[in-house]
Amino acid sequence: MADYPPKLAEVLEDFSFLTDRNERAEYLIEIADRFKEAKVTPDIATKPYEESHRVPACESEAFVWALDNADGTLTYRFDVLNPQGLSAMAISVILNDACSGTPLEQVATVATDIVFKIFGREVSMGKGQGLMGIVAMVQHEAQKRLANKN
Amino acid sequence: MSAINERGYIHPDMLVSTEWVAEHLKDADIRIIESNEDPLLYPSGHIPGAVQVDWTTDLNDPLRRDYLHKDGFEKLMSRIGVTPETTVVFYGDKNNWWACYALWVFHLFGHTNARIVDGGRLKWEQEGREMTKQAPAYPPTQYQAKNRDDSQIRAFRDEVLKHVEAKLPLVDVRSPAEYRGELLHMPNYPNEGALRGGHIPGAKSIPWAQAANPENGTFKTADELRAIYEQGQGLKADDDIIAYCRIGERSSHTWFVLTYLLGYKNVRNYDGSWTEWGNLVNVPIER
Repeated sequence: MADYPPKLAEVLEDFSFLTDRNERAEYLIEIADRFKEAKVTPDIATKPYEESHRVPACESEAFVWALDNADGTLTYRFDVLNPQGLSAMAISVILNDACSGTPLEQVATVATDIVFKIFGREVSMGKGQGLMGIVAMVQHEAQKRLANKN
Repeated sequence: MSAINERGYIHPDMLVSTEWVAEHLKDADIRIIESNEDPLLYPSGHIPGAVQVDWTTDLNDPLRRDYLHKDGFEKLMSRIGVTPETTVVFYGDKNNWWACYALWVFHLFGHTNARIVDGGRLKWEQEGREMTKQAPAYPPTQYQAKNRDDSQIRAFRDEVLKHVEAKLPLVDVRSPAEYRGELLHMPNYPNEGALRGGHIPGAKSIPWAQAANPENGTFKTADELRAIYEQGQGLKADDDIIAYCRIGERSSHTWFVLTYLLGYKNVRNYDGSWTEWGNLVNVPIER
């Protein structure tokens, strides 16, 4: 787990112990219940959101914002327009916990395949694409800031 | 929204209302089945007595890209307590797209005694109806399934190629951006599972969700649907039509609409869809 930001490595380790599909789902539902913590607030953006924040290929209509912190890190905020997009909400909470305030170098290398470590291999292709898109957008924002610094 | 039987559908009996479901929750001849895109929804709460059929783990062959076969279908039916006489009633998220997909797979095995809940999970939730996390357990059944028949409502790539050559109608139900091949070319994002972007030559772009009312997921009236598919795109009820999307889930929704709500007789779903066509060597593509 050394390649991941420490908080993400902890989460991935937790999920690695969840071999029962129902237990995994229960845990993810609990995480999704905390979506308010990661949700974009009106002082950052209001609907209709700019399309540049939309996650491509995400059927749950997820949006991502990256806000610059004074220490050079980013705070991530999310919205999921589909009220039934629980998986998108769960990955948003996990990414907020793991990547907000985290050194950009660590966030920039987060691989999109964490989706399968978190949700399991049986996640459908379309669902996987959408969730990976959210991870990719978080990663991409960190990469952009790093490129601007160099 | 008007009552189902007042909307002008050719087969209104293929839909049931949320009220009807609420009245039949304990009907032993009916099995309510939730089928979703998002695997977290059913365990987060579902219609009391409803079982889950998961597209990935229940309906697909675990090895090859295909659906389950006769013995797998029999085991599935036994597990969810369904007999050949049971009326299965599907509902799910996102305008019932996976529910329609599951219904389409059931049709491949001849289990056509199936319905869709108009509005699906969204409408049930909006109406504040009862939900439970308690998964039901039904006594296993003995289900003698028919062999899967792919010849009537399923299309394979060679048939699609002949369809293109014959200039017969195809319906691409993906988003306009996917139809134009744009989503495959965004940097830093996972691709759409295909090496090439665009659409099958001659296909009309009719995004699947146009058939549903966005506020509650119910189906539009027959007149509204005809305005989309017939006045808008020139399809006719006696056309030989193949619908496709990325993996066949969204196009099964369109298959349901054309076949049952508008009464088209010759509609097939190409489930290989763009994840197959966009990876094939030397097949024609338009952008």
